[in-house]
Amino acid sequence: MSVQNEAGRQETVAPTASAPAIELRGISKAFGPVQANKDIAISVAKGSIHGIIGENGAGKSTLMSILYGFYKADSGQILINGKEVHITDSQAAIAAGIGMVFQHFKLVENFTVLENVILGAEDGGLLKPSLAKARKLLEQLSDEYELSVDPDALIEDLSVGHQQRVEILKALYRQADILILDEPTGVLTPAEADHLFRILEGLKEQGKTIILITHKLREIMEITDTVSVMRRGEMTATVKTAETSPEELAELMVGRKVLLRVDKKPATPGKPVVQIENLRVVDEQKVERVKGVSFEVREGEILGIAGVAGNGQTELLEVLGGYMSGTGKILINGQEIDLSGKHSNGQTRRARGISHVPEDRHDEGLILEFQAWENMVFGYHHAPEYQKNALLMDNAGIKAMTQKSMDKFDVRPPNPKLEAKSFSGGNQQKIVLAREIERNPDLLLVGQPTRGVDIGAIEFIHQQIVALRDQGKAILLVSVELDEILSLSDRIIVMFDGQIMGERRPAETNEGELGLLMAGITDEKTEEAGAQK
Amino acid sequence: MDYLTIIQILDSSVRLATPLLLTCLAGLFSERAGVVDIGLEGKLLAAAFLSSAAAAVTGSIWIGLLAGIAGSLAFSMIHGLASITFKGDQLISGVALNFLAAGLTVVVGQSWFQLGGRTPSLNGAERFSPWTLPFSEALAKIPVIGPAYDELISGHTALTYLALLSVPLSWWVLYRSRFGLRLRAVGENPSAVDTAGISVVRLRYAALVIAGVLCGLAGTYLASLAAGFVKDMSAGRGYIALAALIFAKWRPWYALWATLLFGLLEAIGNRYQSIALGDIVIPVQFMQALPYILTVIILAGFVGKAIPPRASGQSYVKER
Repeated sequence: MSVQNEAGRQETVAPTASAPAIELRGISKAFGPVQANKDIAISVAKGSIHGIIGENGAGKSTLMSILYGFYKADSGQILINGKEVHITDSQAAIAAGIGMVFQHFKLVENFTVLENVILGAEDGGLLKPSLAKARKLLEQLSDEYELSVDPDALIEDLSVGHQQRVEILKALYRQADILILDEPTGVLTPAEADHLFRILEGLKEQGKTIILITHKLREIMEITDTVSVMRRGEMTATVKTAETSPEELAELMVGRKVLLRVDKKPATPGKPVVQIENLRVVDEQKVERVKGVSFEVREGEILGIAGVAGNGQTELLEVLGGYMSGTGKILINGQEIDLSGKHSNGQTRRARGISHVPEDRHDEGLILEFQAWENMVFGYHHAPEYQKNALLMDNAGIKAMTQKSMDKFDVRPPNPKLEAKSFSGGNQQKIVLAREIERNPDLLLVGQPTRGVDIGAIEFIHQQIVALRDQGKAILLVSVELDEILSLSDRIIVMFDGQIMGERRPAETNEGELGLLMAGITDEKTEEAGAQK
Repeated sequence: MDYLTIIQILDSSVRLATPLLLTCLAGLFSERAGVVDIGLEGKLLAAAFLSSAAAAVTGSIWIGLLAGIAGSLAFSMIHGLASITFKGDQLISGVALNFLAAGLTVVVGQSWFQLGGRTPSLNGAERFSPWTLPFSEALAKIPVIGPAYDELISGHTALTYLALLSVPLSWWVLYRSRFGLRLRAVGENPSAVDTAGISVVRLRYAALVIAGVLCGLAGTYLASLAAGFVKDMSAGRGYIALAALIFAKWRPWYALWATLLFGLLEAIGNRYQSIALGDIVIPVQFMQALPYILTVIILAGFVGKAIPPRASGQSYVKER
C-alpha cells in the first residue's frame, strides 16, 4: 500500500501538461463544532478515475459541495491543471471545468432532455439556436460514448438510468473536463451500472478526469485507478486500487476489522409460517403491481426477494404488513388473514405475529421529530405492558425498556430522550429493528435493512437478522442490494414486473444470473444461455 | 335575445375580463417561478387606490397608472422580501398583504380626501378613454360584421388591448425565450437552476416584478372603469383570477379563455338581474354570484386535474 500523505505539502507546482487535473491542499471546513473536513489533500491525475470512499457522514458530500461552490472552505487551496482557482459558486465551478452528477438528479421533470441540457448554458436570449446546437452535440456525444437519449423525451418518462445520462450530457455540454459522480449506482440496476461504467471508461479514454464517490467497495475495485478513503472528515489514505483489497479498504473506512461476509450456519427450515397463493395487488392508480404471486416462508429460514426497485416488492411487503389491500390468499401459521376490509391493517397483522421493518424508515419506520423512547413503542403502544392505568401510559417503564433495547442493539448514543432525527442512519435502523425484533414475531418483514447504513452497522444488523432466524423465526427480506440478498438469504426469489421470475439457492447462483432475472429475462432463456456455454 | 344583445353581452364580458386577465397573468408569472401569490387581491386594491388618488390630484390617468404600478410593485417587493429573501411562508405573506391593502387604502383615503375612504370621482382625462378603431363608424352599418366590429372589437380602452396583447407576449416569453425557460425551471425544480449556476432569488424577484406591473395595470383599469376608488372595490377579483389560473392550468392562452368565461358570467349577471323560469324567479343575488360559484366549483377540483408548478409555495433552501 502506497500512502501519499505528503502530496499536498509540496510547494508551487508549475502549470505543466503533467500537472494533476485537480488537486486539493489542506481543505478544512467546520460547521459549528463539527469538523466536516479536516486538512484534506488529494491529487487526481488527468485522464484517470479516482474513487472517494467513506461511510455516511465521513465528509464526502461536504468536500464535493466545496468543489461545486455550495460551501466555501474555511482554509485550503483548489488547483485545476496546476492553477489555483477560487470556486465561489456553481457558476465558477462550471467555468473551471467541473461537472457534477448528483445522487438526486437536478433535472426539471416536465422539461425535455434538450431543455434540461441547455438550462443555464443557453447562448443568447432566444431558445431556438441553443436547442439546435444542443441537438447536434447530443447526437455527436451519443455516438461517441454510449450516451444515447431521445432529445425530445420528457425527463419524467425516462428510466433512472437514462435520467443519469442526461446529467452526464449536461456536464459534457458545459465542456466539463472533470466529472464528479456522487453515489451514481444507488438507483441503477446491475445492467445499468455496467453501462454507466462503460460510459465512464469511454470518457476516461477521451482524457476526462472522473471522481467517483461511493460507499460500495465493489465499484471502487471494479473501475477506479486510485482511491482515497475518508473517515470522520479526514482523508485517511490514498492508494492505488490495484494494490489494495476490499478488506483493507473496509478497515480503513471503519477504523477496525470488518466482516464483509455474513457468518451463518445452514438453515434448518421447519413448518411454513406464511403461505401466499396467487396474490394480486392493484395500486391507487389502478396499476396492477403484484400479478399473481405464490410462495411460502418457513420457520428458521430467510427468504430473500431480489429485484430492481419498483417491481412489486414494496406492494408485496405493504399487503403483508396490512397497509394495502390485495386479492388472493395469505395464510399465517395455517390461518387465512383478511387482505382487505376493516380487519386488514397493521394492528391486526401485528396481533398475528407479523413484525415489519419498512423500506423507508424516515416515512414509515419512525417519526423523526419524536424521541427514541416514543418511537420504540409505535404500533405497539396499545400493548397492556405499556399502560400505567386506564388513562395513562407507563412512560417511565417505556423509557427503561428503551434503554435496555438500546444497549442490546448497540444504538449510539444510547439516550432514549434523543429525537429520532439526531441519530445516524444506521442507529435509526437499529431502533426500528429493536422495536420489531423485541416483539418476538413469528414472521419478520424486512425492507432494505441497510439502505443508507454504515458498513459497521450493516454487519450488526445482519447478525441480528440471522440470530432471529436461528431462533426458528421466518424472515422475508426485500433488498435491492444483490450482495445483501446473496449473503443473507437461504432461498432467493427474483421479482420482475410484479411476477416471480425464478427461485434460486444462493450457493447455486451468482450476481450475473440474478441480474438477468431482475431484468425480466426468464428462466428458460437463462437456461438456454447456460446450456450454450 | 337578438344579435345585438349578444354582441353587447360579449362586449361587456371583454370589459370585465380585462382586469381578471391581467391579474391572472400576474399570478401566472409568479406561480410559474414558484411563488404562490395570494396577495393579488391586495395588489389590485393598492393599485386601484393609488392610481385613482394620483389621477384625481394630477388630473391625468396616465400619471395615475404610474402610481398604481408603483404601489403594486411595492407590495410585490414586500412579498418577495418576506417569502424569497427571508424564506417565509408565501401564503401568510400574501394574506397579510391583502389585509394591509384593505385597511390602508381606506385609512389613507379618508385622511387624504375626507370622503369616507373614497377618492373623488374621476372625469375626463382622469379616466381612460375608449379607442375607436378606424372605420368603425363606416363599417357599423354592414350587417353582422359591422356591429361586431363597432361594439365588440372597437371602443375599448388602451389597457384592454394591452391585456389581450400580453397573452401571446407571455406565451412567447415563457416558451421561446431563455428567461422563460429559466422561469419555468425555477418553479419546477429550483435546485436544477441553482446547480446550473443561475440565481434562484434573482429569477423569482424578476417574476414578482412582472406580476407587480401587471397587477398595477389591472388595478388602474378597475379604478378608471369605476371612475374612482371605493372601499374593497376589487371585490375578490384577485381570488377569482387565482381560480382562473388553476382553470387555465398555468398557461397564457388558457388564461385568456378562462378569464373571458368569468367575464361572461359577470356580464350575464349584470344584464339579467332576475330571470323568470315559469313560476320560479331566479333572484338577482344568484345571478351576481355566478362568477364566485364557478370559482368554488373550480377550486373544489371539479374541472379536471390541474397540476401546479411543482415547487410553487416552497421557499428555496440550498441543500448540502
